[in-house]
Amino acid sequence: MIGADAVIKCLVKEGVDTVFGYSGVAIDPFWNSILETDIKTVLVRTEQNAAHAASGYARTRKKVGVCAVTSGPGATNLLTGIATAYADSIPLVCFTGQVDSELIGSDVFQEADVTGAAESFVKYSYLVKNVKDIPRIIHEAFYIANTGRRGPVLIDLPADIQLAHIADFKYTDEPPKLRTYKPTVKGNTLQIKKVTKVLENAKRPLVCVGGGVHLSDAEEVFRKFIEKHRIPVVSTMMGLGILPSDHPMYYGMVGNNGFQVANRAMNESDVLLMVGARVADRAVSAPDLTFEGKVLVHMDVDPAEIGKNVGPTIPIVGDAKHIFEDFMGESFYCSHEAWIASLNNYRTMVRRGDVKDTGFIDSPEFVRTLSGKMDDDAIYVADVGQNQLFSCRNYIMKKGSFFTSGGMGTMGYSIPAAIGAKMADPERQVVAVCGDGAFQMSMMELATMNQYKAPVKIVVMRNNYLGLVREHQHFTYKDNYSMVHLGSDPDLELLSKAYGINYIKCEKMENMEADIDKFLKSDESCLMEVMTDPTETVAGTIA
Amino acid sequence: MKKIYSVLVENRSGVLSKVAGLFSRRSFNIDSLTVGETEDKAVSCMTIVSSGDERTLEQIEKQLNKKLDIIRIKTFEEQMSVSRELMLIKVKYNKSNRREIMETCQAMKADIVDMSKNLMIIQICDTPERTRLMIKLLSGISIVEIARTGTLALQKCE
Repeated sequence: MIGADAVIKCLVKEGVDTVFGYSGVAIDPFWNSILETDIKTVLVRTEQNAAHAASGYARTRKKVGVCAVTSGPGATNLLTGIATAYADSIPLVCFTGQVDSELIGSDVFQEADVTGAAESFVKYSYLVKNVKDIPRIIHEAFYIANTGRRGPVLIDLPADIQLAHIADFKYTDEPPKLRTYKPTVKGNTLQIKKVTKVLENAKRPLVCVGGGVHLSDAEEVFRKFIEKHRIPVVSTMMGLGILPSDHPMYYGMVGNNGFQVANRAMNESDVLLMVGARVADRAVSAPDLTFEGKVLVHMDVDPAEIGKNVGPTIPIVGDAKHIFEDFMGESFYCSHEAWIASLNNYRTMVRRGDVKDTGFIDSPEFVRTLSGKMDDDAIYVADVGQNQLFSCRNYIMKKGSFFTSGGMGTMGYSIPAAIGAKMADPERQVVAVCGDGAFQMSMMELATMNQYKAPVKIVVMRNNYLGLVREHQHFTYKDNYSMVHLGSDPDLELLSKAYGINYIKCEKMENMEADIDKFLKSDESCLMEVMTDPTETVAGTIA
Repeated sequence: MKKIYSVLVENRSGVLSKVAGLFSRRSFNIDSLTVGETEDKAVSCMTIVSSGDERTLEQIEKQLNKKLDIIRIKTFEEQMSVSRELMLIKVKYNKSNRREIMETCQAMKADIVDMSKNLMIIQICDTPERTRLMIKLLSGISIVEIARTGTLALQKCE
C-alpha cells in the first residue's frame, strides 16, 4: 500500500462519501487511489470553490466536508475558501498536494508554503513528513475539525509521501489522544445554576443566538427551552434559521442590517444570553454601550470568544447542545409577559413601507415571495452584498436552512456552497441567491452543476452594479462612483443556454409571482435573472 | 501593563512562527521572546513578555491556549518573577577609559569575556533593568555591537 492509498482508506474509515477538488500532478496519487473506492469525486472549476462546496456539504450534513487540490497555485487558490470556513467555524479537512519532500524550500515549480500561508485561518495544519504518520494525522485532523469550535484543518501532502510504501496500516476508532487539545464541551454546573437564578429574577430577558447553535446541532433543544420558558429570541446573521420566522418568540436579526424590534430588544433587555455568537462588529457595533447596565451571559465553546469584545457577567464555556440540555434539567420559573407584550406591540407598530413602483423588481418583496413559496425544508444560500442583506431581512424561514458567508463575506460563495448542499442532500430544494457581481465570481460552476446533475436553482439579482459598494459610495462619497459599474454583459440567457440550464427573466412586478412559481416548479436547475433597481438601498428599507 | 508568559510548546519546526504569527496577526505586542529546550527534548519553553491593557493581555493567554502546539501556559506579573537577560556588548576602548570600563564591570558584576588591542566584549547576565542600566553606563564610550537574549523568567518560588 502506498501513502495515497492510506489517505483514501482513512477517508473511508471516517465515513467520507464525497470529495470536492481539482487535480494536478502533485495530488494525482490521491485522485488515482480514490478510484478504488465508492467515494464520489466532484471536479469544481476553480480551487476556491472546492472549499465552498465542501462547506455547503458540511453545513447540510452536519459533518466534516472534504476537499483536495494540487500544490502551489491550487493550494493558494484554496486559501480564500479555507479562510471563509474558518470565519464561520465550518468543519473541513483540506488536502493540498505538495512538491517532493526533498525539494521543499527550494522554490521549485508549483511550490508554495501553504501551511505557513494558511496558519492564521486554519484550526490546525500538518505537513506530512513521514508516510507512517498518515493514519494518525488524518484521524487527528477529523477530530480537531469537528470538535470544540469547528473549523478547517489543512493537510499538506508531498507527492513522494503519497507514493511511498506504508508497511503497517492501523486506524483506530478511539478519539485521538492529543495532550494539547481538550475542548470543553460540558458547561460548568455552577455557572448554569447561576444563569437560572439570573433568569428567575429577570424582567426583560433575551437570548441572542449565533451560528454556534447550528454548529452544535442544538436547534431542537434550544427551541424546547425557549418554548418552555417563553424567552424572546433574536439572532445574528449566522444564527438565522434557528427559529422559524413566524415563531412567536422570535424577533429577527440584530445589527446594523437587522430589525428595529430586534435591536430595541437588545438595548432594553436586562438579562442577555449570547449563545454561540462572536459579538462581532456587524451584529453589535458598540459592545460596551450595548451591554452596559445589563447582566450578560456569554456562552461559547471557544473560551477565547468570551470577553474578546466585551466582558461578560457570567461566562459559560461549552457546547450549546450540552448547555441547553443541562438547562432543560433545571427547574426554574420566570415570568416576563409584560416584556413580551411590549416587544409584540413594538413589532406591530413598525410596518413595512409600501412597495413603490420603480419599474424594477422590488428586492425585499422578491425575497419574501420567493422564500414564502420555497419548500418548507429548502436550503437558501445567500451570497454577499445587497442580495445577502435583503435576504437576511426578508427571508421567510420555515424548517429549512439559511447559509451565507457571514464572517468573511466572501463573494461567490453561494453557487459552489449550494452545489455542495445539493450533493449532500439531493432531495432538498436548494436555491442560491446572488447579485450579478458575486455570480460572475463563480459562474464557472454552472458547468460543475450540470456535469454532476446537481440541479440547484440560481437567482441573479441583476442591477449591473456592485450594489452594496455602490450604496456605500452613494452615502459616503456623495455619488462619486468608482469601480462599481459592471456594464450589462454577460447575456445571462445565452450563458444559461451555453451551460444547458433553464432560464427565466423576472422583470415586472405584476409577473413576479408567476415567474417564481415557474422557477421553482420543476426539479431541474434553472437560472432566474431578476432585474432590480441599481439605486435601491438596503439602508433605506424599514423592517 | 506588562505580563510574562511562560509557554511550554511542542519542540517541532514551525511552532515558533505559529506563536509569533499569532501575535502579529492580532496586533499583540511582543516585548521579548526567548526559546529553548526543556529537560524533555520534545518540549521547548518560550518566555514571552508582552504589554497592553488588561483585556489584551487576557486575550493573548486565551488565543495562545487555542494553539494546538502549546502544551501549557503560565502567566505572571513582572514583580512575581525572577527574570534574567543575557547581554554581550562589544566596545571600543583606549588607554584612558579602560580602567573606568573595568570598574563599571566590577560594580555591575559583568565580565570581560574577550579582548583585543582596542576592542573588548563584556558579558552581563542580570535583570532587564540592570542590563539597560549597563548600556546607559557604557553609552559614553563607543559601543560597536550588542547582542541580547530577551527576558527569561520563572515564577518566584513563593
